[in-house]
Amino acid sequence: MPDAASAERQIRRGRAVTLIALLGLAVLYVMALQFTPPERTMGLVQKLYYVHPPAAYAMQLAFLTTGLCSLLYLLLRDERFDLFAEASAEVGMVMGMIVVITGPIWGRPAWGVWWAWEPRLTFTVLELLVFGGYFALRGAVRDPQERAKFAAVLGMMALVLVPFNHLTVYYFASQHPEPVALRAGKPALPFEMLRTFLTGFGVFTVLYIGLAMQRYGIGVRAAHQEVADA
Amino acid sequence: MSVLRVALLIAAKDLRIERRSRTALHTATLFAVLVLLTVVFARDGGSVSLLTLAPSVLWITIALSSLVALNRAFTLEREHAALEGILLAPVPRSALFLGKWLANLAFVSLVMTITFPLWILFYGVAVTPALFAVAAVALLASIGVTAIGTVFSAMAVRTRHAELLLPVLMLPFLLPPIFFAAQSTVRLLAGRPLDELWGSFRFLLLYDVAFATMAALLFPAVVDE
Repeated sequence: MPDAASAERQIRRGRAVTLIALLGLAVLYVMALQFTPPERTMGLVQKLYYVHPPAAYAMQLAFLTTGLCSLLYLLLRDERFDLFAEASAEVGMVMGMIVVITGPIWGRPAWGVWWAWEPRLTFTVLELLVFGGYFALRGAVRDPQERAKFAAVLGMMALVLVPFNHLTVYYFASQHPEPVALRAGKPALPFEMLRTFLTGFGVFTVLYIGLAMQRYGIGVRAAHQEVADA
Repeated sequence: MSVLRVALLIAAKDLRIERRSRTALHTATLFAVLVLLTVVFARDGGSVSLLTLAPSVLWITIALSSLVALNRAFTLEREHAALEGILLAPVPRSALFLGKWLANLAFVSLVMTITFPLWILFYGVAVTPALFAVAAVALLASIGVTAIGTVFSAMAVRTRHAELLLPVLMLPFLLPPIFFAAQSTVRLLAGRPLDELWGSFRFLLLYDVAFATMAALLFPAVVDE
């Protein structure tokens, strides 16, 4: 495990990256509100489009990373993978929260309902529930090694569940907009919108990295504390 | 001794203990009946017919009573530190997994077998050959579910809130098979032709294969000291 000093370094570095991401987020807001034309039918609420899909992508990235770190932990038994799996899962939960909060704010004016049981929403909820269980499990095991092992087993199972969740929600009637930017052929988006949209993806990637680095450092610090307390 | 033989011995031991005490079976069955009744009481009798609710109720009951049944698998071992005994014996971990899984599958099937006629009786389900297909769906769904349950209950039992944790871990994994099982039940009860069910059957089969494999691979990591 990294020593305590490097944990502090990690947290500081993570903070710097997060700061850059937050500056980027401010730029994104200004771009979206000031330098991107409003959408013709939806108007102002459509601006959420520059935050909501990037957050959804960051959630997927985070949970996928947790799954891969779980696999690596089981193969190599290096606790750094366990700590990063935990850090990534927690950031994934935050990103998921952003998704399920911004979604209804857009859904109410656009669909007329706050919530609908349609594929993407249902899928997001299923993901959040699995990783909610992941944290419940982590919280219920005292021994750090056993906790790492159990969490990794659940992380791997969750990774395998993802395609099955996709297959299931496929049968829910969809009313969610189809991707307009990331699709085969030419994006059906004016250049200004596309520019802001892709900036959103960049900003959320950096935000994920910054938050995960900090959380990883905090995890290492907590692990040292746990050893000291034992 | 071959892996299969050891697995059968472990499963037989579990089921023998169950046959002698019968506490878990009684409790799980009682629980299933209570779930069946809860829906009857929580329903607006004037507007929603029991038959409309029947497919949903069947799967809610099976899901919840399976959870109760799966809690049993490792609590028994924990009570007398019996798991340590098995782990010390020259028993391959794969045989332990297989044995526990078979015992769980047998136990859950037994609870379902008792619940099934009560569901037909309470919810006024027409007795037709389609019910065989519903039973087949139940068996198909429970193969994968009990495989996951075997791994998760082995983990949950070694945590602080085993009884609370197992449902929280299991239910997200139960939702996809429940969806397809309920969809097929609705179609079967409506007398739809069997070939409308192939999609659901394929999904459940794929789910069984994927999670049985994963569970078998991951189980040794869970019980390893």
